[in-house]
Amino acid sequence: MAKLNVNPTRMELTRLKGRLKTAKRGHKLLKDKQDELMKKFIDYVKRNMELRLDVEKELTIAFKNFLIARAVMSSEVLEEAIMYPTQKINLEMSTRNIMSVNSPIFNLVKEENKEVSNIYPYGFAATSGELDGAIYSLKVVFDKLIELAQVEKTCQLMADEIEKTRRRVNALEYVMIPQLIETVKYITMKLDENERGSRVRLMKVKDMIEKRKAEA
Amino acid sequence: MYMYKIGVIGDKDSVLGFKALGVSVFPTNDIREANKLIHKLAKENYAVLFVTEQLAKDLNEAINEYKDSLTPAIIMIPNNRGALGLGIDGVKKSVEKAIGSDILFGKEG
Repeated sequence: MAKLNVNPTRMELTRLKGRLKTAKRGHKLLKDKQDELMKKFIDYVKRNMELRLDVEKELTIAFKNFLIARAVMSSEVLEEAIMYPTQKINLEMSTRNIMSVNSPIFNLVKEENKEVSNIYPYGFAATSGELDGAIYSLKVVFDKLIELAQVEKTCQLMADEIEKTRRRVNALEYVMIPQLIETVKYITMKLDENERGSRVRLMKVKDMIEKRKAEA
Repeated sequence: MYMYKIGVIGDKDSVLGFKALGVSVFPTNDIREANKLIHKLAKENYAVLFVTEQLAKDLNEAINEYKDSLTPAIIMIPNNRGALGLGIDGVKKSVEKAIGSDILFGKEG
């Protein structure tokens, strides 16, 4: 493992030891975050799958109903019938923080036309009953569709965050921390070696001085 | 609170019904036009875009671009010819991205 390119001084050693401590702490925190994110993600993604299968099934049925409605009416009449909807759907969005992932919460706001009490934007004379059924089934599935949008977006954002966190955890665990440990070890050994070197030198000098004194 | 809008992009036959619900509908069959629409609507305050799988299968680039941002949530829906399984694949892909391999739903699930 490559060590960092630093001067083997006592000051550098203290600095590196500090960094190592921080890195270890950061690693632990990130690892905890990753575990918790993963736990939440699995819950969400299961819900996501359930909802999607559900919605796809219901939507296919709704489309089928619509197709039948188109078959019994001419497309001009049909288009004319639904040209001016009685309600307008808006979306309220707030965000929720799940383990530092900002995820959306959608809330449907329906602006209904006060004069008409139902969702059918047409008179019943020119249209067929199939269209009513088709629009009703679409309306029912729509709430679920919005929930699906919310859950699926949350899943996508969480997946992204998990990936990022995993990279960070791995970088700390397999690169940063071993590198720091290696460097700390290198500096310690170098300093010890220097100390031994200077001790030997001192002893040598002492020997020489004593030898000179004895000769004199 | 700020109001957002919902958009539906897809072939005319499939998306027409949504109009009756009061959602903004953008009928198109053209990939390039759909691509432009996604970018345009993303800049406006559309929070959710439903795109039919039929179109979405050629719009990967645009869809991935908005995957990491909060809005818009681009959600695939089947069209009137049934589901292609792309939406489910999308869910599996996010599992793969997060966990490393798809351990929840299996490859052929």
